[in-house]
Parts: sequence; structure tokens; C-alpha cells
Amino acid sequence: MRLSLRDLTVHYGKRVALEGVKFDARGGEVVALIGPNGSGKSTLLRAIAGLQRHAGGVVVLEGATREAIGFMPQDTGARAALTVLETVLLGRRRALGWRVPGAELARAAEVLRQLGIATLAGRLLGELSGGQRQLVFLAQLLAAEPRVLLLDEPTSALDIRHTLSLLALVRELTRGRGLVTIIAIHDLNAAARFADRVALLCEGRLLAEGRPDGVLTEATIARAYGVHAHVHAAPDGHIAISPSHALGAA
Amino acid sequence: MADIDATSPEAIWHRLSARRGAAIATGLAVLLVCVTLDTATGPAMLAPSVVASAVMRLAEDPMVDAIVWSIRLPVALMAVAVGAALGATGAVMQTVLNNPLASSYTVGISAGAGFGAALVIVLGAALPVPEAFAVPVSAFLFAALACSCVWLLGGPRGATAETLVLAGIALMFLFQAMLAALQFIASPEALQQVVFWLFGSLQRATWTKLAVVAGILLAMAPMIMRDAWSLTALRLGEDRAAALGIGLLGLRLRALVFVALATGAAVAFVGTIGFVGLVAPHLARMLLGEDQRWLLPGSALAGALLLSAASVASKTIMPGALIPIGIVTALVGVPFFAWLVLSTRRVLS
Repeated sequence: MRLSLRDLTVHYGKRVALEGVKFDARGGEVVALIGPNGSGKSTLLRAIAGLQRHAGGVVVLEGATREAIGFMPQDTGARAALTVLETVLLGRRRALGWRVPGAELARAAEVLRQLGIATLAGRLLGELSGGQRQLVFLAQLLAAEPRVLLLDEPTSALDIRHTLSLLALVRELTRGRGLVTIIAIHDLNAAARFADRVALLCEGRLLAEGRPDGVLTEATIARAYGVHAHVHAAPDGHIAISPSHALGAA
Repeated sequence: MADIDATSPEAIWHRLSARRGAAIATGLAVLLVCVTLDTATGPAMLAPSVVASAVMRLAEDPMVDAIVWSIRLPVALMAVAVGAALGATGAVMQTVLNNPLASSYTVGISAGAGFGAALVIVLGAALPVPEAFAVPVSAFLFAALACSCVWLLGGPRGATAETLVLAGIALMFLFQAMLAALQFIASPEALQQVVFWLFGSLQRATWTKLAVVAGILLAMAPMIMRDAWSLTALRLGEDRAAALGIGLLGLRLRALVFVALATGAAVAFVGTIGFVGLVAPHLARMLLGEDQRWLLPGSALAGALLLSAASVASKTIMPGALIPIGIVTALVGVPFFAWLVLSTRRVLS
């Protein structure tokens, strides 16, 4: 399976949100989408998911249909009086009638267990913390069994333990099932550790793309973020990024 | 299988479903009591047992049989049908417009119906229907027109919840202004009729009218229930619903058609009755949550209960006098609702 973006361009009115973005993602590969605030990460994911009209370029998905794309937007739903289980079942919406078949219920329960949140099943979304809700929405996404996972900052409200286990699970699923996974994420160390490849967006353009140690260099970080960071090899072979100060600031 | 582990998601789900089923069953039982009381009260008070025997056509007194079957039952059942229509449409609108204040009253559909009714009463507009049906037909048409206008005004901008709400509110003011203009030029007799129509009254109910309202509602119910999961998804936000593969435009359009027809049918025969469409969904939501498979029938039930209870109250608050139902729903309903909101948090979990 393969997802190809060819010269993807998106306009918001006159403002150019994305321009000429092109890269390929193969099955079994986790791509971390990084970049400063407003660089177009969410727009890119929405465009791939088919929720954002693009002014130019194409999204080509080989080996799967568009229905196989699963997109997890940033946190919403806090006001809905829905239980966790209902929320996850919505991922199986197409298979449900007024009655919820036992197999569908079992599948939703299984995903909840996989993410370690089975005990939350009867709780209302509004009662959960932001991090718990992120896990619930990941469960909803996984329940739909997508072939392409598009996650928009799935760990933004998670503690480090849950961040690590969520990313490990996503990587395991991606490799085990041959999924195409693109994660928009701010945490550069998490990107370096869990992604097979990193795509760096800056002002709507793809600034760099490739293996984490090729993209996450001191020079590109300075250029994209305006930050001085020390990049070094961690004992386990991954690279580690220690930002020290904003460039141009005291 | 559910007893293996009481805290498993499956067990929680079955308990939740059982609790909701019990809530609906309780509501139905209370509704039956309300309808019985509604049939029993009036100028000639009947004992519930007499009502029961008359309903089964076992009344020995032909007078009692006539009171129950010709006068009281159509009114009592009309309260149920109209209340159900207002409750269900209120729930659909609050979900689709993502706004807890939405109801047919607040987005101009009732105002449209009121204008349509007043148009016929004041100007005697010629419609190719029997005279008794001219006012309802016009009210129905204008309710549907108001709905279409909401769509046409809010639709081109993508038909988001915000544009539709704004279009609805603008429309409400427009129809109210036109209604005021009609009242301004109306003769005193016509004016009185218009005002009375706007109060809302169940007393004009007949079996024929009841059949029309109930028929439309029952015909529309499967259509909207098929969208139950999609409507539930909409509660998670437009982006997430779209990401789940739901066509938002089509869903909104189908919902609006349901609202137009069901509201139109409801208000056409009984006049504008506020409050029920706003409050019934909130009552149902507190008890059943927002899974629309439960919320929609629950809101219909809550609406039926509210209006049936209001119908009883309208006959008993001032013995001998019949207070217009539209006044009673608000006078009795508002304090009740305020108490409910202040005294209960979510009863769901």
C-alpha cells in the first residue's frame, strides 16, 4: 500500500496554507509530521482525509479505498452526553442498526482493552480528562479498522507514560498490519524515537523529509523553529534533541 | 455471558441499555396515566374506571361513551401526537444545529406557521381545500416554507450549524413582523381569532386531524431513525463526523425535511405551542444521554408527556375555565424545568 501526495496545494481564501507538498508514505511506515504552529500540519491531514478541498495537486492511495482512511482530529466532543462505549461504537457506524450486534460490541470492547481504558466504558466524554478523551478517540479510530491512520496531535494532552505507550501501540499496529500512518506531533524527541520518517512543514511548504536523523538536525530546527537545539545520540541509538533557547531572543 | 465480569464494557453496555429501556417503559406508563386523567377531566368529571370501560366501549351510559370517544379521546391523543412531534423535532434541531436553545419556536418555523394561519384568517386566502382545513394547510405550508428559507439562507455558506441558526433567527423576526402587520390591519373579530390560534388549543382536535398528525409522524419516524447513528456522531463535532464518513449536507437536509413536515403537521392543527420542543429534549437527554437511538424516541415521549400533563392542568387549574394550552405549557413547565435543572445533575451514569 502506498499514499502519494503530488504537489498538494491548499488555499484559505487568498492565504496559501499548503504549497506544492509532495511525499510518499508506504505501508508499515510511521511518518511524523512536524513543524511550527500554523505551518499547515492539520490542513495537510485534513486534505489527505478528504475534508479539505485542495486548489491543486492530488492525493493518490494505492492498494486501498478512500473509506480506509481514518482521521483523528484534535480534541472535541467534551460537551456531548455520550458514553465512551457509544463514542467508540461510532467508529463501527456502518455496521450498526438500531440494535448493536454482539460482534460489534465485542470489537469495540476489545479496542478499549487494548488501549487500557475498558474501565471508562460507561463514563461520559465530558467527565474525562483531555488525555483520556484522546485515548477514546484513538479507540474510535481503531475500531473502524482503517488502513491509513492520520492522527492530529494524538498525544498533546497525554502524560509521558501514555504518550510512550500510545506511540508504541500505533507503531506496532502500523508494522503488524502494514498501515500507512501519519502523525502530526510537536514533540520532536517522540518523533525521532517512533517515526520511521519525518516530514517537516514550514509555512505551508515541505522543508525537509526523510529519516529522523537526516531531518532533525540543528540547522533545520534552527531554520524551521528559530530555536537553537543540541542534537545528540541517545544511548539507545536514537537521536535526542535538547532545545536551549529561541534564536534572536536574549 | 454478561455475568462473567460486571465491570466489562459488555456488561456496562447491557446495564445501560436495560436502564434506558426501563426509563422509556416508565415514561410510557406515566403517559398512560396522563392520557387517562386527560380523558377523565372536563366539565363532566369521570372516574378513571369509567374512562377505562368507555375506552373499551363497555360504558353503559351512551352519553359517557360519546364524551369519551367524540370529544375527549381525540383531544387527549392529539396532545400525545403533537407533543411527540414537538419533542422529536426539538431533539433533531438541537443536535443538527449544535445548539441547546434550538426548537421550532426559536428558529422561526412556528412563527412561519403562525403567519400562514393568520394570512388565511385575516385575508381569507383562497386555498383549494375545505374551509375547516384552510388554516391548517396554510400554517403547514408556511412552516415548510420557513424551513426551506432557513436552508436557502444558511445553505449556500456551507449549511454549518451557525449559519442555519442565524438564518432561523432572522427568519423568526421577519415572520413575526409580517404577523404583526397582519394583526395591525385585521378586523377585531379576525384579530381575536388570530390571537387565539397563536395561544394554541387542542380543543379543535378531531379523529381526522389526529390521523393526519399521527400519520405524518409515524411515516417520518423510520426515516429519521435511520440517521440515528449519524446524528449521534454529529455531537462530536462536524470535523469528526465528516471524518467518520458522514455526508453532513445530506444529513442536515434530511433532518430539516423531517423538522418541516413534523412541526408543520403539529402546529397546523393546534397552533403554536412553545416550550415543549425546547424542553422535552433536555428532559430526555438528562435521563437517556445523547445516543440518538434513545434520545429521539425519548424526546418524543417526553414531549407527549409534557403536553398531556399540560392538557390536564389547563382544565384543572381554574375549575370551569379552559386555559389555552400554549400558556399552560410555559406557566407550569418553566418552574418545573428550572427545578429539574437545578436539582439534578446528569442522572446517566
